[in-house]
Amino acid sequence: MSGADFDLYQQLVLEHKRSPRCFGTLPAPTHQARGRNPSCGDDIGVQLQVAGDVLQDIRFEGRGCAICIASASMMSEAVRGQKLDDAKDLQQRFRAVITGEIEPEEANLGKLVSLGAVRRYPSRIKCALLGWHALMHALQDAGGGAAAQDDPDIVVDHAGAAGDAAAPPTPDGAPR
Amino acid sequence: MGDRLPSGDAMTSAFPVLAQQVNGHALAYLDNGATTQMPLQVMEAMRRFDTHSRANIHRGVHTLSQRATDAYEAARERLLRYVGGNEAHELVFTSGTTESLNLVAQGLSLPGMPSGGGGAALLPAWIQPGDEIVTTALEHHANLVPWQLAARRTGARLRVLLPDAEGCVTTEALAALLSPRTRVFAVTACANGSGERPPYEALLALAREAGALTVLDAAQAVSHEVPQLSMLACDFMAFSGHKMYGPMGTGALVGRREALERLTPLRMGGDMVEWVSETDAGFAAVPQRLEGGTPNVCGAVGLAAAADFIDGVGREAISAHVEALREHAVAGLSALPGVRVLARQTRRTAIASFVAEDVHPHDIGTLLDERGIAVRTGWHCAQPLLERLCQSPTTRASFALYNTHAEVERLVQGVAAALDMLR
Repeated sequence: MSGADFDLYQQLVLEHKRSPRCFGTLPAPTHQARGRNPSCGDDIGVQLQVAGDVLQDIRFEGRGCAICIASASMMSEAVRGQKLDDAKDLQQRFRAVITGEIEPEEANLGKLVSLGAVRRYPSRIKCALLGWHALMHALQDAGGGAAAQDDPDIVVDHAGAAGDAAAPPTPDGAPR
Repeated sequence: MGDRLPSGDAMTSAFPVLAQQVNGHALAYLDNGATTQMPLQVMEAMRRFDTHSRANIHRGVHTLSQRATDAYEAARERLLRYVGGNEAHELVFTSGTTESLNLVAQGLSLPGMPSGGGGAALLPAWIQPGDEIVTTALEHHANLVPWQLAARRTGARLRVLLPDAEGCVTTEALAALLSPRTRVFAVTACANGSGERPPYEALLALAREAGALTVLDAAQAVSHEVPQLSMLACDFMAFSGHKMYGPMGTGALVGRREALERLTPLRMGGDMVEWVSETDAGFAAVPQRLEGGTPNVCGAVGLAAAADFIDGVGREAISAHVEALREHAVAGLSALPGVRVLARQTRRTAIASFVAEDVHPHDIGTLLDERGIAVRTGWHCAQPLLERLCQSPTTRASFALYNTHAEVERLVQGVAAALDMLR
């Protein structure tokens, strides 16, 4: 194994791929959205429980590659219980790292820094950002703030109020 | 298993792009179903044209224009011969299979112009409201989406021949779909998503018997199992240059002249008319009628050179070689735990498309690239087929005459290592 693929598929990333956190659905989400990468079939739905300015709970489900699932899993872990503004701020820093705008060490990403190598794989950037796109679209109606930045590769079905985003299929590689 | 073609050294000197390292490993280029590499012989033919004869074709009285016209028309003849056309057939140059198929689908959907022009009434479109168009669920999007639109434009009904669980389509299933209203039947000579090689000879014959015009997408067959037009009940056949060791942005629609004459052109303009007044025009005969605008003359020359290259090596030898590589890959990949190769039993195909339990094709593709192995991952522009067969994107290795059994071994080992790592 070369050093480069070890960098992309770090143990923490693989561990989140094998056992994604916050995987599933919420009984009564206040917000939800679903993102898809049409070219590869990756499909992630995010459900939120928002109270005031706090993101109390989050679940995601869907299918995707290891990078996509691990990123959505680590994202969910990182934003659960956070203030909405902090979640949005984290998304912007993560996105800036993944798209190469700032260096991973400067972004204070916590565990998410283990996805930093994605920036060296242009064709995989959209994989790492899919869950985050769905999160940002779900959050758009929750307390205003910055609109989600869209990537042309990603399609987002926006369902501000809970209930009308179609359920995505089960994931590849996630517990069933 | 021994390689049956000229040695690896001879191949890499014919294809300089192959002699490189990717991520510290010798490149194993196994993405030929998307694009094959181009040999020096083809590049040289194009360079010769551009340095000696480049000019616009037809109606030029100067020497270079005449040379260019001769080269273009010679390329047309050469390629028509390559696909087994005879005096009843014509070849129209296009930018590739997608344009060729769109030309047929749109050309049969729109009212056509009479050859003479002169204010004569437009001929009715071949496809009328209530008619039926039949295609299959094996198709590349390029042989499906144009027919979806054709059906909507004309008020016809699109009927789709579905494969069985193994991804095979049969004449029995087609017979059940055909009716007196069937006007068009379109099928692939090899499914790019799964590698399945349908019994297209029998399918085309059955559809023609029912009165349909027949369309064959030969993109995945044209580099090794070249369908021979005069042996087939085929009205239109489409193929691309970049999948047969030729230049990108080249291709052709070949067909029976009478069928091509039914097509309303995609492009109106220069070189496709006999005369023009302010308010009317008379249209040229096929193939010029369907080739409005300045064509890719250099590309046509390169495409003909690619046919020469293939025939120089030998179609039989190429076909046997890529089939042996595919069988090798199918055996090796199928032996890995949780790996399922699509269309496993099919023959005369160069595509091995597979899914692996709990592991996504993108991860496999990235890890193979780390080992210098180029494969394609995703839906392969064949989403309906893959949704039906495996409900997921796939990893696809596709072989060409320069690939070796050692590269197949590297592929199998690379996939095994990726599965170990990701599960």
